[in-house]
Amino acid sequence: MNILVLVKQVPNTTEMKINKEHGTLMRQGVESIINPDDLASVEFALTIKDEQPDTHVRVISMGPPQAKSMLTDLYGLGVDDCVLISDPSFSGADTWATSNTLAAAISRYPFDLILAGRQAIDGDTAQVGPQVAQRLGIPQITYVKQIESVTSTHVTVSKHYEDYIELSRCKYPCLLTCLSEGTSPRLGRIEYIWRSLDQPITVLSNQQLQLDPSRIGLKGSYTKVKRTFVRPIETKGQMIVQDIELAAKTIADILKKAAS
Amino acid sequence: MEQKYTQIRSFASTFAETYVKPLASEIDEHERFPEETVKKMIDCGMMGIPYPQNLGGSGADTMAYVLCVEELSKVCATTGVILSAHTSLASYPIYAFGTDYLKTTYLMDLNTGKKLGAFGLTEPNAGTDASGQKTVAIKQGDYYLLTGSKIFITNGIYADTYIVFAMTDASKGTKGISAFVVEKGWEGFTFGKKEKKLGIRGSSTCELIFNQVKVPKENLIGQEGQGFKIAMSTLDGGRIGIAAQALGIAKGAFEEAVTYTKSRRQFNQPISNFQHTQFILADMATSIEAASLLVYQAAKAKDTQKNFSKEAAMAKLFASETAMKVTTQAVQLLGGYGYTREYPVERMMRDAKITEIYEGTSEVQRMVIAASVLR
Repeated sequence: MNILVLVKQVPNTTEMKINKEHGTLMRQGVESIINPDDLASVEFALTIKDEQPDTHVRVISMGPPQAKSMLTDLYGLGVDDCVLISDPSFSGADTWATSNTLAAAISRYPFDLILAGRQAIDGDTAQVGPQVAQRLGIPQITYVKQIESVTSTHVTVSKHYEDYIELSRCKYPCLLTCLSEGTSPRLGRIEYIWRSLDQPITVLSNQQLQLDPSRIGLKGSYTKVKRTFVRPIETKGQMIVQDIELAAKTIADILKKAAS
Repeated sequence: MEQKYTQIRSFASTFAETYVKPLASEIDEHERFPEETVKKMIDCGMMGIPYPQNLGGSGADTMAYVLCVEELSKVCATTGVILSAHTSLASYPIYAFGTDYLKTTYLMDLNTGKKLGAFGLTEPNAGTDASGQKTVAIKQGDYYLLTGSKIFITNGIYADTYIVFAMTDASKGTKGISAFVVEKGWEGFTFGKKEKKLGIRGSSTCELIFNQVKVPKENLIGQEGQGFKIAMSTLDGGRIGIAAQALGIAKGAFEEAVTYTKSRRQFNQPISNFQHTQFILADMATSIEAASLLVYQAAKAKDTQKNFSKEAAMAKLFASETAMKVTTQAVQLLGGYGYTREYPVERMMRDAKITEIYEGTSEVQRMVIAASVLR
């Protein structure tokens, strides 16, 4: 069985620095991590491999060259192959251009199952996985909480709603987007970590993918981010330093006044 | 340090913070062997770090193993010594001196973690003077009959595979000692007293009792009479593991001291502002740095097949004395809080003491070093 996992390296902070001119992320100086939902997807893939050792797990990421360090770490967890889609012409892509690029790279490799995170903690769109499935013309199940079973032809997954659980079965090839909640990703194995730095990372640029420059990167993006900013937090407060009963009365008076 | 070691350290540190640290205080309090942590270590392939992959190991090296022991010991010295005794003392003699049969029968399972290992040399009357062995192994046809007892055995009742030393010819002194692989469950092999200890209280330390235990002759490690050589060579490597444990304990206590002195306020300022605190922290940091250089030097020497006996003894001597000094200073810096079990430094201080004692006391290390420099 061949599994492809789509992963993204994201900044490990909510206080992102933003390029004011382009409305894009400034990655310098911010620690990068693997997107948590994507790490859960890797865990799901490796759990399948634990049970069916002939499973091949290939990870595909799109991002700047720095994303190689994340892929090296994934070799340490036990994935079989890592591919980085990286080219300056791919940068600044919205979800439309990203899924276009990812789909082109994916079609170079055999797959039965594609796993992707539900959404990335930087963009939070939850669009890339579904768009990739659409472009590849394969069925998709989104918001997967758990992979229940895997056979040679089908995968059965569960989605958890507020008051019920939905079980779905899907024939290969298909794409799942997975949630990180409730998954505890493995930390790796010494022998994989020891070898991880020597493992090759295939880098695909547009020289290999040969995509129309008007359909990739910032140029090929339909969405233009007009402005991104950290919402100012208003900390206007009033301190009431009185003994407790008097303070309660003062607060009640203030509320009464505001309501009238 | 090379990037591959940074990767290993980063993994070990995450492992320690995630699985080991949350249990450290509780297993100390209840003198409980952390079986669940050992299972996690098995899952992460930590039970055969420096041994080849074709023997079930990770194919890494002593330095990688040392970094793992250090990171575990930084948060829990008990967990550090479980790994060290298993890897250095139980697996090594089979790896270095065992037949292919012993390697496939025992070392594979030790390296994959299917079996946990222990090492039995010490007896009530044979500590530093190993020639005083009273345990005997008498050859009878295809077997040796093993009779005697071993004390202070780390991994005690939780181990499955034991390296046991016994006299096969008492008239030859140390040249009459032989080494055997003994399995738990064999008739006549029982456990005696479980020790109640000052530190590393989660680690299982107990007596092994052998009453006419039939040990197949294939389970002899090396040749008859090679036991003392095997024990000494094994302990040379073991010392690097204990040195790494001591280094980890010292680093753990130092980090606690830094965090505390930066946040503890007296006389309207953090106590780290006071020059006395700063000088103590500076001395701690310097000793730790020196200890780490000695420990990594010894590991490197072993990895490059150099004679590392003196280097290992120096590393263990200096790192264990550093651990004792640094943990005592950490308790002092934390004052009354440091003396309570609310903070981990009192445990670290209790744990540090054993590193000056087992696998050769500090005095033995000085003997080894002196013998080397006077040669």
